[in-house]
Amino acid sequence: MGGDADADATGGDETNASEGDSVNALEGDDATELEQNDGQRFGRLPATDAERTVEGRASREAVVHYFADRFGIPSGTFDDYTFWEKGAGKIWIFAGDAPSPVEIEAIGMTCLRTRQEHWKPTTDFVQRFGRYATDCVIELERDQARAFASGEDQPLERWDGDWGYLIATHEIAGEFEPLGVGLYVHGELRSVVPKGRQRDL
Amino acid sequence: MEPLERYRPIIDDFEAFLEACERPLGNAVRVNTIKASVERTLVALEEDGVAYEQADWNPRVLDLETDSPGSTWTSFHGFTHGQEEVSAVPPVVLDPRPGERVWDCCAAPGGKATQIAALMDDRGTVVANDNNLGRISALRFNAERLGATSLAVTNDDARNYSLARFSFDEFDRALVDAPCSCEGTIRKNPDALENWSDGHISSVAGIQKGILRRAIQATREGGTVVYSTCTFAPEENEATVQHALENEPCRVADFDLDLEHSPGLTAWEDETFDSSLEKAARIYPHQNDTGGFFVAKLEVTA
Repeated sequence: MGGDADADATGGDETNASEGDSVNALEGDDATELEQNDGQRFGRLPATDAERTVEGRASREAVVHYFADRFGIPSGTFDDYTFWEKGAGKIWIFAGDAPSPVEIEAIGMTCLRTRQEHWKPTTDFVQRFGRYATDCVIELERDQARAFASGEDQPLERWDGDWGYLIATHEIAGEFEPLGVGLYVHGELRSVVPKGRQRDL
Repeated sequence: MEPLERYRPIIDDFEAFLEACERPLGNAVRVNTIKASVERTLVALEEDGVAYEQADWNPRVLDLETDSPGSTWTSFHGFTHGQEEVSAVPPVVLDPRPGERVWDCCAAPGGKATQIAALMDDRGTVVANDNNLGRISALRFNAERLGATSLAVTNDDARNYSLARFSFDEFDRALVDAPCSCEGTIRKNPDALENWSDGHISSVAGIQKGILRRAIQATREGGTVVYSTCTFAPEENEATVQHALENEPCRVADFDLDLEHSPGLTAWEDETFDSSLEKAARIYPHQNDTGGFFVAKLEVTA
């Protein structure tokens, strides 16, 4: 419950340093003037990478592009939302008003982990916004959905799309409904539904 | 049940009241319209073989016929959230609108805060505060599961709450669902009356007065403050509102509630309250086969 409830499937926080370094290298001298990320407060994402003031922080443009490029979620979906970072690479999506930076417990909902080799959307974000996705969506039968919701990994040979993070979905009450995030590698769909969100159905 | 004897003079059909308090409650859930419509949720429950009964006064409140309402597809997807029927009343009385700024002063574990967000179509700012860090984690977990993007969560004492951290300096509405002696939750929690004492009531009433005053101060003129508790004690209900009427610019407002209830009291023991307190609602367990609740609606005046 709470805190870092979302499992980090890649465990790749070690990659942060090298990613940060490459950003610095690209931006040359300017990068040395960037602030360090303050893990105690929420900062709004800059509109573009060029407007970045905090070292290593993803931009709004990059986040919206990621959701569109990977999952086909139309960019306009997020027109009325702001994106925020707290901690290293934990991105939140918020519909309300707040100044930046702001020191509070939570702002909207967590949506994405950046600052690791592969960005990873959260289960809760995918359940909320995954219905707008058209790419990297894998449809599960009821038994497979049940296994997925209880956190089980399962062999799945028929997927011929990209490897990596997918949106698992199933049909409920006449429409497809996203279950959460799966990691597809080596013919296996791994459920990365966090422990507190798993259910035996 | 002895502590409840003091209410014999004010409750109609007191024996039916006592009997209801001894019966356990069913499994009520609220449909979370941030995630799914009521219609789709009902179809999903039918597919799952879970029988339900819809509350007459609110189509979004369901009583589920299952021993494990958390192990349903509707719960996994966040279409439903376990929440007692009467506990869904205060946000409805608050009547928040999309785009508004709303403060839920004592928000954990988040059933009412997420209901407020849903009533606002998840548009606007709901500041969900609680002074207990442990309960904040439950609040955050529920908010994320239910997909609420309009919630900002803070961890402070509501009595001296500062808005300096935000980009606005007053709320349109506030819900004070105050910490209380919880007598009305006896059907859910048979130990609810174990720590009952006069001393507890008077200490909790002091906190309630402080929170309600701050909520009125933090709400704009013409804005709405709803005060609610899950207890029957007039010291924590009418007396708290009376204190606010005497010390802050506000008046008691009317509201419609399609649930059987009794009017607020205008007198208790040697105290008298403003006659407008009759507009408050006392909901007793035997009236609708629910838990107990008190709700008052206030309008902030100049």
